[in-house]
Amino acid sequence: MSQIKSSRIVKKPPLSEAAAGLLAWVDSRFPLTKTWREHVSEYYAPRNFNFWYYFGSLALLVLVNQIVTGIFLTMNYKPSATEAFASIEYIMRDVSWGWLIRYMHSTGASAFFVVIYLHMFRGLLYGSYRKPRELVWLVGMGIYLCLMAEAFMGYLLPWGNMSFWGAQVIISLFGAVPVVGEGLAQWIRGDYVVSDVTLNRFFALHVIGLPLALLGLVVLHLLALHEVGSNNPDGIDIKKKLGADGHPIEGVPFHPYYTVKDIVGAVVFLMLVAAVIFFEPTFGGLFLEHANFTPADPLLTPPEIAPVWYFTPFYAILRAVPNKLFGVILMGLAVMSFFFLPWLDRGKVLSIRYRGWIYKSALAVFVLSFLGLGYLGTQPVTTDSVLGLPIAPLMAARILAVLYFGFFLLMPIYTRLDPSKPVPESLT
Amino acid sequence: MRAGWMLMMGCLLGSGLATAQEAHLSAPRIDTHNKTVLQRGARLFHNYCLSCHSAHFARYQRMGEDLGIPTEQLKANLMFTTNKPGDTMQVALRPQDAAAWFGKPPPDLTLTARYRGKAWLYNYLKGFYQDDKRPFGVNNAVFPDVAMPHVLVNLEGLKRRVPADGKGQERYEQISPGLLDAAAYDRAVRDLVAYMSYLAEPAGLKRPRLGVWVLIFLGAMLILAILLKKEVWKDVPH
Repeated sequence: MSQIKSSRIVKKPPLSEAAAGLLAWVDSRFPLTKTWREHVSEYYAPRNFNFWYYFGSLALLVLVNQIVTGIFLTMNYKPSATEAFASIEYIMRDVSWGWLIRYMHSTGASAFFVVIYLHMFRGLLYGSYRKPRELVWLVGMGIYLCLMAEAFMGYLLPWGNMSFWGAQVIISLFGAVPVVGEGLAQWIRGDYVVSDVTLNRFFALHVIGLPLALLGLVVLHLLALHEVGSNNPDGIDIKKKLGADGHPIEGVPFHPYYTVKDIVGAVVFLMLVAAVIFFEPTFGGLFLEHANFTPADPLLTPPEIAPVWYFTPFYAILRAVPNKLFGVILMGLAVMSFFFLPWLDRGKVLSIRYRGWIYKSALAVFVLSFLGLGYLGTQPVTTDSVLGLPIAPLMAARILAVLYFGFFLLMPIYTRLDPSKPVPESLT
Repeated sequence: MRAGWMLMMGCLLGSGLATAQEAHLSAPRIDTHNKTVLQRGARLFHNYCLSCHSAHFARYQRMGEDLGIPTEQLKANLMFTTNKPGDTMQVALRPQDAAAWFGKPPPDLTLTARYRGKAWLYNYLKGFYQDDKRPFGVNNAVFPDVAMPHVLVNLEGLKRRVPADGKGQERYEQISPGLLDAAAYDRAVRDLVAYMSYLAEPAGLKRPRLGVWVLIFLGAMLILAILLKKEVWKDVPH
């Protein structure tokens, strides 16, 4: 294994005298070159990033897409109960390229969750939440919560019938809180039912409040990451072996190495997303639900009210509990459990590569329970079989929910018992 | 790495298939990209549907342009109200009158194909049968006790429901003929459903064609991106 020559890495084209002068002028007033070096051209990342390491940069790409397409959508969208639905159809029909912008935004919303779930799963695979990256993980979870709120509020804006009833059901969950619950739900809606008032405030939060919070958290996420350095598929600290130039021997500068590599990932990702946008923009009713192609009607409850797919694992847990308050608490815990991972995991190694069979099995069971709950959340509960198996959907959801929480609750025990393998000295 | 991709695609495909709607309704493939089919569907829609039902998000002129119908022909054959070509497809029927006559106002049809689905529409339009207990003398197999009369009865004729007995399943038999035989009526319904799919999403006509070019462009970009990545990474052991 040869060491990378650092002279090759930081080679830059010479600047013209005028450009160099301008840069010096800026640099003496603002840390432009310094910031670029610290966070991009001399941020050393492990050289062995694999498939799972594309999803951070892809999340950033989707965030930019959502903001840009969102700005153009607001130019023609009307946040009013009487006009919202028609303004979406106006965008889809009469605004030049409005249909493309809208599909980019709606497909982007689902793509955001696909990317974020895979990004979080990467953390589980390689122990990226472990010391010293606890704050990276916590801020990331903050981003995830923000994203859920952002998606939920955005979903009300088309003012379709599923928008209306979905918001009605989710906001009414706050009514389960003892004593103040009903007042709380009313405070969130600003009305006794979901109405024009609710639509207006959700619009404000969706286009200004939450995006600002998201951007701020993303900056914190990256600052925290760059302070401690990226983890890698081996879970080894590359900062332990520094070269003569003071940089990790087994690291490569983020730019140009990972910028060009992430471009490959981005183009593949764009091809998948473009296939959805241009050939199946509703994704069989998963990304844009059929019941949302009719305007909100407070007198017409859809036969099945289900949230969009990215919330269905938690929705399945909510439905599986007979008591409303207890269901809401468990649903909240299902999301919040991720926050405690850095302290629940007592394993000696970070990466799945060196973990033993116990953690590998636990993670596999967790993934299956999450996917299973996600599937059950899209299905009606009135049948008595799941995928042809003789089990009632509610009972299946209860079993999977126990497995889901078992992954977190038993983690301190099974990660300690797990027979881990020795970790190599350097990256493999 | 390869396993990761396969896992991801598997999840996407699995979830897509799992929620495919209307599994219980069968429908033939409906050609929504053939302009002749769409024009025939437009003739049916504008003559039979667009007097009670509106399609108030759709514009006449846009439809004419998309389907290759010149404005003069559009005005002469497909516009029966005082609307201008730039207007949306409104109807003169007032909602309160409609509610009094039919029990409830006929719904706007612009988005019905996306709301109900093509399979549902196809089966609904073929599902009318004689039922003397209903105000208009017909009922519907897909939408029981629907308020709508069988508007296409002069084309299809009338069917009678033969309930299931020991020998066979429930079936329908023709009791009076229409202008069209069974095959021709089936084609007429497919034309109508194709047109309503167009109405629900006019961009759907050019969307897939554009998508092919976008994917070709991205494919070319992918080759360049891979070459660039290989060039930059050639001295890194991995």
